Amino acid sequence: MNRLGIIAVGAAVIFAIVVPFLLKPFGVYLISMWAVLTIAAIGLNLTLGYAGQISLAQGAFVGIGAYAVALMTQAGWPYPIAFVGAGSLCFIIGWGLGYPALRVQHHYLAFVTLAFTTLVFLVLRNEEWLTRGIYGISGIERPTFLGWSTAGARDFYFFCLGALTAFSAATWWMLRSPWGRAFVALRENPVRALSLGLDTRRYTLMAFAIGSSLAGFAGAIYAPLVQFIEPNSFALGLSFNLLLIVIVGGSGHFFGPFVGTLVAVLLPEWMRITQGYYLMVYAAIVMLLLAFCPSGLVGLMERAAKAVMIRRNLDRIASAERISR
Amino acid sequence: MASFIQLLVSGLATGAIYALIAVGFTLLWQTSQTINFAQGEFVMLPAFFILAAMNWGAPFWLATLIGIALSVGILGLLFKIIIVDPMLRHGVLPLVISTIALSLFLKESVKDFYSSQAQPFPALVPSTDLHIFDAVISSQSLAVLAVAIVAVVALQLLLNKTRVGRCMQATAQNPTLARILGIPTRRMVLYTFLINGALVAVASILVSPIYLAKFTNGETLGMAAFVAAIIGGYNQVRGAILGGVILGVLDNLSAAYISSQYRGAFPLLILIAVILLRPQGLLGRIEERTV
Repeated sequence: MNRLGIIAVGAAVIFAIVVPFLLKPFGVYLISMWAVLTIAAIGLNLTLGYAGQISLAQGAFVGIGAYAVALMTQAGWPYPIAFVGAGSLCFIIGWGLGYPALRVQHHYLAFVTLAFTTLVFLVLRNEEWLTRGIYGISGIERPTFLGWSTAGARDFYFFCLGALTAFSAATWWMLRSPWGRAFVALRENPVRALSLGLDTRRYTLMAFAIGSSLAGFAGAIYAPLVQFIEPNSFALGLSFNLLLIVIVGGSGHFFGPFVGTLVAVLLPEWMRITQGYYLMVYAAIVMLLLAFCPSGLVGLMERAAKAVMIRRNLDRIASAERISR
Repeated sequence: MASFIQLLVSGLATGAIYALIAVGFTLLWQTSQTINFAQGEFVMLPAFFILAAMNWGAPFWLATLIGIALSVGILGLLFKIIIVDPMLRHGVLPLVISTIALSLFLKESVKDFYSSQAQPFPALVPSTDLHIFDAVISSQSLAVLAVAIVAVVALQLLLNKTRVGRCMQATAQNPTLARILGIPTRRMVLYTFLINGALVAVASILVSPIYLAKFTNGETLGMAAFVAAIIGGYNQVRGAILGGVILGVLDNLSAAYISSQYRGAFPLLILIAVILLRPQGLLGRIEERTV
């Protein structure tokens, strides 16, 4: 990362810490939602952007995580254990789903995960003895850590931000480890990766399972944030949205999910004036972006930054030539 | 037994509609690698074209013709020019995501500009019940079956018996060779898009009297089309027909005999089983294309 990037990230972090003190509770709720969805989107970015597999199951994994935490905490388990349990459960289910599904790839995986999401929705809706069906689960309590209660909107936002920071750092580290390099190799050229001795299937599976577990952790924070969960929140729409978030932000770019989620969470609020039209406009923006800049908003920014740099260098060369003359 | 026959006939009728949608889906995939995630919305939309034309005062038959024409023009031609052509340069995956966005776009447009309420849609034939061997069969089911069979047979004749149809098949099987043989492959690809536009319009006319015209109709129909296409065999028109019929019958029988709550689940379980055990589908060939 260059100096410009470090400055930008530093400014964003300071902004993220200061901003809740400037917002009303609903605004704080929105940026908390941003943090939660970003965690899920980071997971999908691993699967889609780095391992190159379309998954339409990310929303279902968020749902599984949310239900796991809600049911476990209401059964009396402490929140941290439920939190880890939700992530691990999604890791295991992701592994179990990916193990057979990744034999087929790309669009077939999209169909299998699509089917999986619908099946999860049906189970959440129909198994009333476990999930209370369409009535959903209400009254999910926000956790207390060592005497620090996160019941307030701002306190809970800092919990979300902390979790986001921890997961981004872990992902950043992982992408720079041999594992992460293997993920990228898979995306760029699977045949070459295989010929270099990478067990491509195992690495793809790993990326998929880790991506799923991040969705589970996001769900585990989503449940106490909203304090009410019902099956419809985790239907296909959420999976589609997360996919669009990753694409809009820029799949395969580390900061893509952060930017993509910002657009997806804030755009509807800014476009309140247009009433119901925002989803239409959003969909149109996604299509335009895909046609003209498939690398997403972060890709667009990088392109712009590069153009500025090149121009600056050209100016420098030009002035140097003038001096030498 | 009587109820079984009733379920079978209504299942066949549903299956015939699914088959029409799945055939169009398969055609696009075969000739241009377009995986159209908006196919369900493509079926939802023509019904609204027709309703809009009727609101302008057109009689039903004229509105139907206008609806089919608009569908061929917008969902066939414009879809190809505006969405598919610019996107295919970037590869199959961005196009898939673009059609997902398109499905959202179409759904929201109908909701915002027409109505979010289910709209009644005129049926092709007056609904009367026919009694055949104790079973009560609605005339609508039979009409749906008849129209769907005519459409499918016409398509098969076009693909297998005419020069254009054979050129389209050649384009689908080996584009490079087809081009060397002097077949205008680009025009052939365009034809499949137009045919898909017509097929979804017919499916829309058949399905809307049953489900009512609603902006969310595409979700279940699109899913049915994918499942049917994959069960039958992605790269075979025959496969898509078989898949559609199996799906429709299974849907009705499982809802009646096993569990109506999990009605939506059985097709998906079969989908997963087919993808894992026989990814080329029941009638499909193993794909050799590397693109």
